[in-house]
Amino acid sequence: MPTDHIQYKSHPDNLTRSVPYKFDAAQLRSEEMIVNLGPQHPSTHGVLRLEVLMEGEIVREVAPHIGYLHRCFEKHAENLPFNQVIPFVDRLDYVASMNSEHAYAMGVERMLGIEHQIPKRVEYVRVMVAELNRIASHFIAIGTYGMDIGAFTPFFWLMRDREHILRMLEWASGARLLYNYIWIGGLFYDLPIGFEERCQQFITYIRPKLAELDTVLLQNKIFVQRTANVGVLPLDLAINGGITGPMLRASGLRFDLRRVDGYSVYPELDFDVPIGEGKMGAVGDCWDRTSVRVQEIHESLKILEQCVTKLTGEHKRTRDFDPQALVPKKIRPKAQDLYVRAEIPKGELGFFFRADGRNDIALRCKCRSCSFVNLSILPEISKGILIADLIAIIGSIDVVMGEVDR
Amino acid sequence: MPAFESILTLVQNTCTHTPPVVDDSASPKAIVVAAEDLLAVAQQLFTSPETYFDMLSCVTGIDNGPPANTMEVAYNLYSIPFHTHLMLKVKVSREKPEVPSLSGLWKTANWQEREIFDMYGIHFTGHPDLRRILMPEDWEGHPLRKDYTHQGYYRDIKVAY
Repeated sequence: MPTDHIQYKSHPDNLTRSVPYKFDAAQLRSEEMIVNLGPQHPSTHGVLRLEVLMEGEIVREVAPHIGYLHRCFEKHAENLPFNQVIPFVDRLDYVASMNSEHAYAMGVERMLGIEHQIPKRVEYVRVMVAELNRIASHFIAIGTYGMDIGAFTPFFWLMRDREHILRMLEWASGARLLYNYIWIGGLFYDLPIGFEERCQQFITYIRPKLAELDTVLLQNKIFVQRTANVGVLPLDLAINGGITGPMLRASGLRFDLRRVDGYSVYPELDFDVPIGEGKMGAVGDCWDRTSVRVQEIHESLKILEQCVTKLTGEHKRTRDFDPQALVPKKIRPKAQDLYVRAEIPKGELGFFFRADGRNDIALRCKCRSCSFVNLSILPEISKGILIADLIAIIGSIDVVMGEVDR
Repeated sequence: MPAFESILTLVQNTCTHTPPVVDDSASPKAIVVAAEDLLAVAQQLFTSPETYFDMLSCVTGIDNGPPANTMEVAYNLYSIPFHTHLMLKVKVSREKPEVPSLSGLWKTANWQEREIFDMYGIHFTGHPDLRRILMPEDWEGHPLRKDYTHQGYYRDIKVAY
């Protein structure tokens, strides 16, 4: 399209028409006001708009408005062959692409019935890159959360350490964030030579850094006072609201799909599922959610260590190993409905597929996104709180708008 | 852990309008119920101590296109204590799609049903706040319908690129 072609004509009433308010300004009582938070606001973690009904400094009600980053993932997935959807899956949760790819590939493999034929080395590589990406995603979650409520230093530290992971993943796949590395039936490439050793180096490098993070952020008095007893999510509400991932675990339920469903090679790996224990306040508060994420990084490091051992020992690289050996030439699952779910850093990522058996394009591919569902509980847990605590709660939910809006 | 057969019996006993149909090809196994029975069945599955489906994982809208002239809503239920999965499916006509809302049972249904309303135009009766969620309020049509054609201009912005 030529750039001199003006597409947009301004209408005087566009501004008012573009804001679908849920609350009626005419119905406000005295002392009440409507405040718009976002969509362009650093503490909303992307383009999230919150319409907040306030009474002085107290939040009475919150209405999230989403959809600013809607990129029609499901429509695309209905028009593209299964293997060509993977780059779109990357762009759902763009800070944890490997995990989403893993979930998607697993779903299509299950439809094709080749889920259990995938070579062990491929599965271990998948788990390894996914866990690396999980750590990177938690780094973002914790770092930006700290920054939201005034702790600047941990953000820089974590971004620095995240860069090590991104460079490793770039080395493996060629891209920093959106990898297209896990393919249906295999991998794009085997790991580069020396990757396992570098991964081991990273593990030894990062452990003391996490101890530092613990003292500077988690045990920090200001951080504790900003997060403890704030945004408490009771367990019954969490389950009823479909909350998954660190949020659910922080509310006290030991529920991790890697353990519960035991997909991929996770049953062969030894790791714990940390839960919120209410050490600083009530169970399920913002501090617990952050603490669960930090503990999960430690667990992911444990998984990584075991993957390194397996990938350099039992399933070490051989000359004739072809990670694309099982990649099907034609992906044509038989007619069926299938729901697959997997644990990504934010929670349960699910895909609902409907295949008609005559086509290599899905009739329906629904993405059940965990950020979307986790965000939907926000109005429930932010009634009667202070506006500053609302910021603390949004950050602790750890939403990625790419996944909320799809 | 309740077997699929016992869940099916429970569903059969709850359905008063149309007997449920089993879809074996689906994974997890699916039970197709009539829209009139859905609320009672869901209520039963949610509260019954034998099934205890405390988590509604996913609600999916499906359009079968103009030739079939039906739309479907699929519910993926999961029971945390029993570790059982179940898919519930409802089939409605495309002309006047109406399904009872389950947001009174599971809070997670609220936004997921809003999304289906947005994308397919399926009305969820009894939903507390049925508004569009991803598309703008004044968008025309429901984008994921199979016969959807987008409007030419949205507020003077050309939609096709």
